[in-house]
Amino acid sequence: MSAVLPNNAAPAVQESPGLWTLAWRRLRQDRVGMVCLVVVVVYLAMMVASFAGLVAGDWNKERGVSYANPSFLAGAENLEAREVTNRDGESRAKPVDLSDIDPLAPRYKEWEERAAKIAVTEVKRSETLPFGGDKWGRDVLKKAVKGAEISIFVGLTAAFFATLIGTVLGALAGYWGGRVNDFLEWFYNIFTSIPYILLILAFAAVFKRGLDTIIVILALTGWTGIYRLVRAEYIKHCGREYVKAAQAIGASHASRMFVHILPNASHVILVQLSQHVVSFIKAEVILSFLGLGVPVDLVSWGTMLAEAQNELVIGKWWQLVAAGAGMAVLVTAFSMLTDSLRDALDPKLK
Amino acid sequence: MTAYVVRRLWQMIPTLAGVILLIFFLFNWVGGDPAQVLAGKISNPEQIANIRKQLGVDQPYWYQLLVFVKQVFTFDFGRSWSTNEEVSRILMTRVGPTLTIMVPVMLIETSLSVLFAIMVAYVRGSLTDRAIMVICTTAMSISFLVYIIFGQWLFGFILGWFPVQGWSESYWKNLLTYAPLPILLAVAVGVAPQLRLYRSFFLEEINQDYVRTARAKGLPEKKVMLKHVLRNALIPILTNVGIYLPGLFVGSFLLEVFFSVPGLGREIVTAVNRSDFPVIKAVTVYLAVLTMVVNLLVDVMYKFVDPRVSFK
Repeated sequence: MSAVLPNNAAPAVQESPGLWTLAWRRLRQDRVGMVCLVVVVVYLAMMVASFAGLVAGDWNKERGVSYANPSFLAGAENLEAREVTNRDGESRAKPVDLSDIDPLAPRYKEWEERAAKIAVTEVKRSETLPFGGDKWGRDVLKKAVKGAEISIFVGLTAAFFATLIGTVLGALAGYWGGRVNDFLEWFYNIFTSIPYILLILAFAAVFKRGLDTIIVILALTGWTGIYRLVRAEYIKHCGREYVKAAQAIGASHASRMFVHILPNASHVILVQLSQHVVSFIKAEVILSFLGLGVPVDLVSWGTMLAEAQNELVIGKWWQLVAAGAGMAVLVTAFSMLTDSLRDALDPKLK
Repeated sequence: MTAYVVRRLWQMIPTLAGVILLIFFLFNWVGGDPAQVLAGKISNPEQIANIRKQLGVDQPYWYQLLVFVKQVFTFDFGRSWSTNEEVSRILMTRVGPTLTIMVPVMLIETSLSVLFAIMVAYVRGSLTDRAIMVICTTAMSISFLVYIIFGQWLFGFILGWFPVQGWSESYWKNLLTYAPLPILLAVAVGVAPQLRLYRSFFLEEINQDYVRTARAKGLPEKKVMLKHVLRNALIPILTNVGIYLPGLFVGSFLLEVFFSVPGLGREIVTAVNRSDFPVIKAVTVYLAVLTMVVNLLVDVMYKFVDPRVSFK
């Protein structure tokens, strides 16, 4: 009898790893993918820190002279800055003396006294900034960080909502088929028959400008690709045995759609989400450049590039490089991460 | 074949109706009252009522929709709200410059990327292949804006090889003087993503059995690649070109804005900024029709590229 007992304490059955565990393991072996993941995480952390005001909270402060040189170019000549200082000097020159004919002349003294009481703090503007300054002497590096926050925020939220719309519609069309599918396919055809960029501009024409608007526009126009893929996944999974089994134990339609099938399509959705973040960041930059994106009191990579166009002609390249490089690094890392993610989630593809 | 084309044309009707509804919904309903925008800051209720009457927005929605449908089928969208130019005239005169730039872009871009792709695919896995792929990925991640700003500055301003911007009356002067720089920049940007895509198409074909058969029977490599592989990879390439084709008419609006080319793309951006709804509505509807027609043409062309394709 006692011989049976040890059996109960036998080592527990080894649990087989799930999809996500396996994917994570494969991703960890992908060195390039991991480096990209680190870069993306650093950018996201920067975005959160900037959002919380920990970094670049004072990007709007005019710290340096106009078009201040970057610190590593401290010695270089800066004609624009000098011109501005000169102009200031001229305006401070004494005005023409009108006291003989001016009826208000007796009050000059009173005004002078009153003016003297008002404290004017002369901000000492520095000649150089870490990565140069813009036209108003704002720190380009801080602007780039703040711009990254706005651009990434727009990319992430717009991609999230586009994925949400695409997933829900795709699930409905794929799961129900028939009339629902016909209607949604019609809807899809309408959206895809208009060239994408034209669709965005048409939406931008009727909406007001603002950060929320640009997210809405990108989400409302960008869901079509996701819809198509999710629909295909649902059609594939609908007839599978596990869904039939769920039906047999009395799972509702909603439960079958979103509890049973959705996790099995989630890898497709995740890769799509990640792809759309990249393309929406690019789209935001272009829209903001055209003045259809973020409002003027905010800064994004797109508005920085819009300023950079005129600055380059007078030799001020730092804003172009800051915004361009900031964006290029993130976009490269994000798209390579997407590739790694796809390989990790779907090993059959390799 | 005829039956297929007729059925496809028949299927376009609901989609076109949907496009008309979508645009009507956007511009006549979401867009709000255009009279407020047009009357400007100093306006009185009478002025606004007057403008509303002129534009016909005081009519009930069903009537406005009817007017819009009539406009679509008579090619008469009235006049632009901001310049008072006839919309049909705007479209006609702006298409030329856009195509002057975009047709060469399309031809050069496609032939270059197909050529490079087949070369890269042939030496797949080698250092050259990997290096080119890394370059492509990096090139794709830089914003189009940066390319244009930098290219215009370098080639137009510093080196002075091309005019910085401009456009003239003469077609040849445009094509030979003003168009080359925008074309060059568009090609430089467009080749990388297409090269990557086409490479994957070629790789798919290179691993097929018929390639091994062709090699086994002793065909020279040139023939294997250019005759067998290229022909088979042409189908996905054709699809891809077909997707981009309608975009040709919108042009690269960024290029047109930067190089002040009086094309359709710049016209749209201006119209969006001025809330010039008739122009945007007209462009959107006709480009949607064009897209559907192009899609049909591409599907018909499959038959010529690949005789195995049959129309169901």
